[in-house]
Amino acid sequence: MKRRALFAALLAASLASPFALAQTPTQGGAIVVTYKDDIVTLDPAIGYDWVNWSMIKSLFSRLVDYKPGTAELVPSLAESYDISKDGLTYTFKLRKGVKFHNGREVVAQDVKYSVERTINPKTESPGAGFFDSIAGVDAFKKGKAKEIKGITVVDPSTVKFTLSRADATFLHAMAINFASIVPKEAVDAAGKDFGKKPVGSGAFMLAEWKLGQQLVFKRNPNYFLEGVPRLDQITFQVGLEPMTAILKLEKGEADFAGDGIPPAKFLQVRNDPKFKDQIIEGGQLQTGYLTMNVQMKPFDKVEVRQAVNMAIDKQRIVKIINNRAVPANQPLPPTMPGYDKSYQGYPYDPAKAKELLKQAGLEKGFKTTLYVYNVDPNPRIAQAIQEDLKKIGIEAQIKALAQANVIAAGGKPKTAPMVWSGGMAWIADFPDPSNFYGPILGCAGAVSGGWNWSWYCNKELDERAAKADALSDPSKSAERFEMWRSIFVDIMKDAPWVPIFNEQRFIMHSKRLGGSEAYFVDPVRIPINYDYIHLTAN
Amino acid sequence: MMRYLAGRLGQAALLLVGVSFVTFVLLFILPADPARQLAGRSATPDTVEAIRAQLGLDRPFHEQYARYLGNLLQGDLGRSYAQKTEVTEVIAARIPPTLLLMAGAIVVELAIGITLGVLAARRPGSRFDHGAMILSFVGVSTPQFVAGILLLYVFSVQLDWFPVGGYGTWKHLVLPALTLGILGAGWYSRMTRSAMLDVLARDFVRTARAKGVSEWRVVLVHALRNAVLPIIAMIGIDIGLFVSGAVIVESVFGWPGVGQLAWQAIQQVDIPIIMGVTLVAAVAIILGNLLADLVAPFVDPRVRLQSPTHR
Repeated sequence: MKRRALFAALLAASLASPFALAQTPTQGGAIVVTYKDDIVTLDPAIGYDWVNWSMIKSLFSRLVDYKPGTAELVPSLAESYDISKDGLTYTFKLRKGVKFHNGREVVAQDVKYSVERTINPKTESPGAGFFDSIAGVDAFKKGKAKEIKGITVVDPSTVKFTLSRADATFLHAMAINFASIVPKEAVDAAGKDFGKKPVGSGAFMLAEWKLGQQLVFKRNPNYFLEGVPRLDQITFQVGLEPMTAILKLEKGEADFAGDGIPPAKFLQVRNDPKFKDQIIEGGQLQTGYLTMNVQMKPFDKVEVRQAVNMAIDKQRIVKIINNRAVPANQPLPPTMPGYDKSYQGYPYDPAKAKELLKQAGLEKGFKTTLYVYNVDPNPRIAQAIQEDLKKIGIEAQIKALAQANVIAAGGKPKTAPMVWSGGMAWIADFPDPSNFYGPILGCAGAVSGGWNWSWYCNKELDERAAKADALSDPSKSAERFEMWRSIFVDIMKDAPWVPIFNEQRFIMHSKRLGGSEAYFVDPVRIPINYDYIHLTAN
Repeated sequence: MMRYLAGRLGQAALLLVGVSFVTFVLLFILPADPARQLAGRSATPDTVEAIRAQLGLDRPFHEQYARYLGNLLQGDLGRSYAQKTEVTEVIAARIPPTLLLMAGAIVVELAIGITLGVLAARRPGSRFDHGAMILSFVGVSTPQFVAGILLLYVFSVQLDWFPVGGYGTWKHLVLPALTLGILGAGWYSRMTRSAMLDVLARDFVRTARAKGVSEWRVVLVHALRNAVLPIIAMIGIDIGLFVSGAVIVESVFGWPGVGQLAWQAIQQVDIPIIMGVTLVAAVAIILGNLLADLVAPFVDPRVRLQSPTHR
């Protein structure tokens, strides 16, 4: 199963794709991007938020990456890779002559160093868990081994990963930010400050960082993909309220508002013909859901959970957020492989819901608590849920707390009967259905401090999930996605969640910014793909 | 004077230790777990434990606090959990913009507040007096967000006089300083008005007038000078407030001040930064008040400095 793909093929494919470029991309120019939050870090082993995610992708390279604007895996820093028949060995051949921003060539040893650095508990990386299938990770994490025996440097341009179990998501793990390649000497020189002095081999280099004010990215002239990036410079201004950012954009002082369009301004700009060509809508790998803690009464009864599923008017909730989402009926978002198009889900039927409660012996209803993140629009959504539940006799008291407190409550056994996930969970880390199972619906996540806030643990489904993820042969991916599809449909029979909606993204950019729409709603580079957007010629 | 200062500074040091202790306790009993927050959603319980141990969060409270205090005495505020950077460095970068905005806002507050207050007090009950007091009431009750966005829309987007937010030139400073200043001026005008009314009714003012001193001289030199003490005390309080409390104006205008840093740190349960900012704010409040007390005798010689221990 040898696969070899070169950039020429990638380019040809992207030109043939439906996202073929409308305009010829111009080379050069500088743009301004704004964000409300300051950039916490640009260390690829640490950064894990909305703001720095795509910035880190542009500063660093990984062995594999995604075709721009899509969720399709393609070789990147590796020019090719082999997967052994049993799916346990991945051998990557590195592109020759690729240089870090400090001028040194990237070699196989850097790959080993970088992945080990992320996994090393001393790094405190939130992404260490993505690499658990590599052989020897456990011993390394526990300090019983000095290196990970499953990562071997064959020669300066070849690196081999041996897995302890077949893992169909391994290539996605190699494409995630936490697998970015970093030069050891730069990490050693900067120490803990590497996040402020990043050195990678990506399309852009950090040129300036004024703490709390702005960062400047400059084009990497030696980047290994020709013609990329299109822009010469990106200035990130931080600390700007989304409302101010939109005013800045209207006036031409900014080109892209990183936090999107604030709710108060949404209808106005959306309905203004002036901005028609500046707003792009796209789906994202996100589901907003209501969890019911199956370990707490009365949510231990499946009838109660099904009743709640039928009691909530999702269409109305979508209206509350100005139609910036589509109603959901299953955990997976529509653009995720494995999504079941034919599945109808639970209908909105309060009468039937009441009947189900009666069957469960709760015709008089009950009292419960709904935890929610206290930032708009989440409390409003929680109120809508509260009203819907009241109609079938359930009195839900809303607890609106800071994000960290809701996450803590959700991960504590028998604490939060219901949690509205908005603003916290779940956007896919990588475009694969397994990412919507293990941490949030599987037994592994149903532990203290975990993210499975419904505490749903179905051993049979866990086994099926493990089987699906062992199908690492890419030629069997259709079969694998079918397995995942049936798992998620079966989860809905037990109804530990009420899937409420899948958020749509609305991106607003300046008139002079161009590039395929797909780059502005890139499923992997959130919020936008900095490497491929460009200035329009006029 | 020196004795007074030494006493006050000693008192301040004790106060700071108290503030650090109370903040530390509050953050300790917070139900959010910083290790969990850092570990991310994919972490196993083992990883979370490892991170907790590295941050020293698995140690008992007294040990954690003793270590923090020990480092603090050496000027070490620790490293941010999320950013991994030195807290002193992160806060230091925010201090100059914070002080600049504070100074700008106080200048605007005084200019508008004292002018309105003095003019209103000159003719109490007049239309101007009513108008000025209504205006000050509106100023005091307008949300900063609304005023800020309104000023931005009019002066930046429509008139194009100033840039839409940001930091760097005097032009960037005007609108945020005006927003804070106009809204804060309401307090100053009311206070000036009532202090002036009180002073203008005193005998020495009548004497001055009887001696034929010009009306403006009476108001500005004789009366205002005597009415200025409460205003100075208020400036002292404002200095402390603006160092920590301008979050909204800072984010509307993209002003890189301490307030924004604090807000983001609270969201991330970044305890070292929260502690650092709290201490800086406490220092500012203490210094602001000390400054006001030190200036008072120069303005009004009847005020004498007294060592706090003698009170």
